[in-house]
Amino acid sequence: MQKVYTKIETIVGNVVTVKAEGVRNGDLALVGDSYATVIKLDKDTVSLQVFAGAQGVSTTDTVKFLGRPMMVSFSDHLLGRIFTGTGVPRDNGPALNENMIAIGGPSVNPAKRIVPKNMIRTGIPMIDVFNTLVESQKLPIFSVSGEPYNQLLSRIAMQAEVDVIVLGGMGLKYDDYLVFKDTLEKGGAMSHTVMFIHTASDPIVECTLVPDMSLAVAEQFALAGKKVLVLLTDMTNYADAQKEMAITMEQVPSNRGYPGDLYSCLAARYEKAVDFEGAGSITILGVTTMPGDDVTHPVPDNTGYITEGQYYLKNGRIEPFGSLSRLKQNVNGSTRSDHRALMDGMIRLYSQYKDSLEKKSMGFLMTEWDEKLLKYGELFESKLMDLSVNIPLEDALDLGWEILAECFEPNETGLKTNLLNERWPKRN
Amino acid sequence: MDKITGHVTGVNGNLVSVSFDGSIKKNEVGYILCGDTRLKGEVIRVNGETASMQIYEMTNGIKVGDVVEFSDELLSVELGPGLLTQVYDGLQNPLPDLAEKCGFFLERGVYLDPIPNKDWEFTPIAKVGDRVYAGDALGSVPEGLFTHLIMVPFSTKDEGWKVKSIKEKGTYNVRDTVCVIENEKGEEKKLSMVFTHPVKEAVKCYSERLHPDETLVTQIRCIDTFLPVAKGGTFCVPGPFGAGKTVLQHMEAKNSAVDIVIVAACGERAGEVVEVLKEFPELIDPKTGRSLIERTIIICNTSSMPVAAREASVYTAVTMAEYYRQMGLDVLLLADSTSRWAQAMREMSGRLEEIPGDEAFPAYLESVIAAFYERAGKVKLRDGKVASVTIGGTVSPAGGNFEEPVTQATLKVVGAFHGLSRERSDARKYPSIHPIDSWSKYEGVVDMDKVNKARAILKKSNEINQMMKVIGEEGTSNEDYVTYQKGELLDAVYLQQNSFDPIDAACSPERQKHTFNVLYDILMSNYDMDDKREIRSFFNQLRQEYLDWHNTEWNSAEFKAQEERLTQFYKARRK
Repeated sequence: MQKVYTKIETIVGNVVTVKAEGVRNGDLALVGDSYATVIKLDKDTVSLQVFAGAQGVSTTDTVKFLGRPMMVSFSDHLLGRIFTGTGVPRDNGPALNENMIAIGGPSVNPAKRIVPKNMIRTGIPMIDVFNTLVESQKLPIFSVSGEPYNQLLSRIAMQAEVDVIVLGGMGLKYDDYLVFKDTLEKGGAMSHTVMFIHTASDPIVECTLVPDMSLAVAEQFALAGKKVLVLLTDMTNYADAQKEMAITMEQVPSNRGYPGDLYSCLAARYEKAVDFEGAGSITILGVTTMPGDDVTHPVPDNTGYITEGQYYLKNGRIEPFGSLSRLKQNVNGSTRSDHRALMDGMIRLYSQYKDSLEKKSMGFLMTEWDEKLLKYGELFESKLMDLSVNIPLEDALDLGWEILAECFEPNETGLKTNLLNERWPKRN
Repeated sequence: MDKITGHVTGVNGNLVSVSFDGSIKKNEVGYILCGDTRLKGEVIRVNGETASMQIYEMTNGIKVGDVVEFSDELLSVELGPGLLTQVYDGLQNPLPDLAEKCGFFLERGVYLDPIPNKDWEFTPIAKVGDRVYAGDALGSVPEGLFTHLIMVPFSTKDEGWKVKSIKEKGTYNVRDTVCVIENEKGEEKKLSMVFTHPVKEAVKCYSERLHPDETLVTQIRCIDTFLPVAKGGTFCVPGPFGAGKTVLQHMEAKNSAVDIVIVAACGERAGEVVEVLKEFPELIDPKTGRSLIERTIIICNTSSMPVAAREASVYTAVTMAEYYRQMGLDVLLLADSTSRWAQAMREMSGRLEEIPGDEAFPAYLESVIAAFYERAGKVKLRDGKVASVTIGGTVSPAGGNFEEPVTQATLKVVGAFHGLSRERSDARKYPSIHPIDSWSKYEGVVDMDKVNKARAILKKSNEINQMMKVIGEEGTSNEDYVTYQKGELLDAVYLQQNSFDPIDAACSPERQKHTFNVLYDILMSNYDMDDKREIRSFFNQLRQEYLDWHNTEWNSAEFKAQEERLTQFYKARRK
């Protein structure tokens, strides 16, 4: 018999407290007709976070404890569906209540993980050649607001070879949500996509549930042997929602108002990326917008320490500096023999090009070497960096050699002599 | 005596308040009975009848009134043969065994025996009637490459203990009694090959602590020659994300000339631990001819595992390091990353509502960090053997800013500072240790005078480079331009090292001495050139020759041939 409590003691922010007994930490409750979760116990005082926000909650509303934690339904019926952060359908479809699974489950035993070894081809040279995306990787796209990050995300989603896509939208503008929906529907990807969408006007607590819901579902698909790609946009909104809730809970803020456990919160989500031995895998691509293009802001900063690299999106291009895929070493040794050396060599020269560019902008005399670098930099940017370039990895590597040969003498590139002999394009 | 019990009165994150009757200790371990599971926790504060416990697991499902059992023991690790090659979590739970039992996920509340239940070939060392002290060897068992000493537990007090009986040479189970000791009061202690030791108590069973004066060879040129680390010393590696901390640390773990390496992955990515796990068994240690994993212990409490156990994990690791030091071995402990541990302290401190210090870190941050690094040291054991624990910790400063509290607290207590720079890693200059900002107080493998002169050229070159950005290349004298090129050469061919190249990844001290002397000669020579284009192409060619030299096997015919080419090339242009 479920007990019903009718006396709400306090209502602060989205948190209400009620006197109750026998309640477990993390349990789900109904406050009025809105779901809430137990976040703190102190003797017989129970603090509840109300998902829909405490606005309009009255002191005489009933509180009913359901005796179970937050759950989400899992089955193949999820595919093609769109839900809110609490799992309520957004697409006028039927509500799903079968096969409920708990969200925010335990983490994967590191001893059960395997070294990622499959490259995910995207056809974008800045990713394939310079910062290869690898199955089971977790990568954020660091971006300034205004950059086409959602377009990039959906393009990668459309071109990547995966079985299931789970899209978690947090604080999305309604237009962006519609764009995602339309792109995936038109591209024919909707049939293997599940969306959990929190738009900017929805209650803030729902925002914090989106990653957990998305990842719980992704995990089940992966255990069933599917290759899952989880897209999370935008994790900065998620962190801001956490901040808002921490402050209402009167927690001591650590850095620019964010709670001290921001790192752990983000890590617990990103670390769900995994390649199960003998089953499927989860790859996570998130978007982290950097307020004021500041990479030292707590959210991108903490994210960078958690994820296996990052893509910097700037001026509509993936910047070669700062962008990094840590797992690329696992796969780019077996793509083509010149892949690694060419990648390093080209970036080194591009970095020198940036120096020359700076010198030029300050009005210095350009040496012959500077001129070579300038020519190289321009070719590099127009032929390889442009995001609309869509060529396979091998063609991109050949293109790289062409660009080098057009600008430099072999011994100026800093590449190994035997490699130069083998790959340097012969000029007619 | 009955076990002290209590019951839960409140839950806030991973902090649980418990009311209790009787006497409990601070830092005592207790278990919360939550349904069918027992969740481990540690008492961190006692206030009247209420104790605050940090729980090492997720606290979902705990309710007010749940029973708590106290164990009367401080948080301890089990020490004994079989630790090597293991992978533990922060609480010394063996992860592969756990995986076998629970599958893909880490079930909470499952605690397994850390020391594998195995038989060992025991050879007694002590004889009946011998007077023994804590840390003295009673016998030995062969553990892989090493003779593993079975010792008197470290926490044994000096009460005139004597060996009463000891088993003969033979095969015994790890938990069988192999020795009985008796003190002057006639009390007896039965000892097996395994004993426990509280993780937060430093092991001090040695006769004296020595000055760390022997270089710990890492086979990384930039470290051994320019920024050396000493056996028994400490060093820290702060760096922004993506600067290559972990790759550097893996290189150190692979190539360092020590007996045992303990890798403590504290609050970092699980994927990195997996790399070590899958890669080390394949790698052969050239010194011993055995696989690298045989000298390695991995403690991993990755970022998604419970926060409170992060703190425990670094102490678990250092206690094991001290245990092996006690056998006369050189141990290297690599902790990645101490910032995550500090953050775990900050989280706890916040929940305890302590007054926050800088960036909300607790005020005791500095003393805790200092105490941890002070557990490193080169010591002379009672049997005359010299052994050491070297601690290298990475720091992940927020925003890559070294002014933050954890980096500063660490810099105060370490002997070498290997600061990683974002600029260098962006330019793919690995290892990205900043050669000018970093420092070391230890002796390296190459003559320090020469190194300092080379460093002076590097500094000068750097200044000239800065100046050239303002006045341009045309405003720079040829002499300065040569110095600038010399510095660039030093950086490109000596400080940078390709960790993915099979030959270049490890550079032996002999090779370092040899190649450095050639480089030194190049740097100290004057050249007969007066055109910048000529200078540049000369140094480009020189760099190419030198890099090709790095890719030849040490002392092979190609090595000598390439050396010849290189020397002839630069000597021909010498003034």
